[in-house]
Amino acid sequence: MQDYIEKELELKSPVARVWRALTDHEEFGEWFRVKLDGPFVVGGVSTGQITYPGYEHMKWVATVEAMEPEQLFSFRWCPYGGEPDVDYSNDPTTLVEFKLEPSSGGTRLVISESGFDALPDDERRVDALRSNTSGWNEQVKNIAAHVQS
Amino acid sequence: MSNPEARTLLADPAPVFAALGDATRLELVSRLNDGQTRSIAQLADGLSLTRQGVTKHLRVLEQAGIVSSSRVGRESHFSYEPKSIDQVRTYLDTVSMQWDEALSRLQKFVDA
Repeated sequence: MQDYIEKELELKSPVARVWRALTDHEEFGEWFRVKLDGPFVVGGVSTGQITYPGYEHMKWVATVEAMEPEQLFSFRWCPYGGEPDVDYSNDPTTLVEFKLEPSSGGTRLVISESGFDALPDDERRVDALRSNTSGWNEQVKNIAAHVQS
Repeated sequence: MSNPEARTLLADPAPVFAALGDATRLELVSRLNDGQTRSIAQLADGLSLTRQGVTKHLRVLEQAGIVSSSRVGRESHFSYEPKSIDQVRTYLDTVSMQWDEALSRLQKFVDA
């Protein structure tokens, strides 16, 4: 079973334009449909309110991991969070990455969300990964083959 | 996400992901996914683990809903529950679809 999601998108706009749409908090909010309280800052917690019709009570909480101009923007969030009265701060997070590069037509954007398998406080899991040379991804492929056959 | 609540409406997939994040447990699942019910001794065969160790792993899988157990005389027998994996797949499909929607809005936003 695949434990991450990856999407590739060709955009007609130049990298600088796409970078702004991703990292300017107001522009991000426009297309993502969230009203963010402030700009994205590396290492900082970004908070806000979802503006998607019908889900305005949901919170947005993410921690910005990386902002490498015109190349990489990434954050961590709780993939099933958002309920206003629930504290998700101890829950596992997934990593969302936006990778940009210039292409002949404008910009190639690759977005991925990974880490659905992660429980950071599970030591057994960490040990298992350390001692398992083929690694989780290989195992995931194996299980996919088994489960789907 | 475009539809954040859809994620929360689905069963929390984290325990299933976590339970599968272990080589031994994946091996146990792969031994069970032919649909046959097996005893702990059968499942432990060829693994460098004690019966107790195997039982512990099976209980983790059971708690995540990936396997179920039944008593046969004095023995516990285990079988695979494909529904748990289907749930995780449904969850990932939902997340994937939400990204498709968000990215199509991004595309309109920057390329318009």
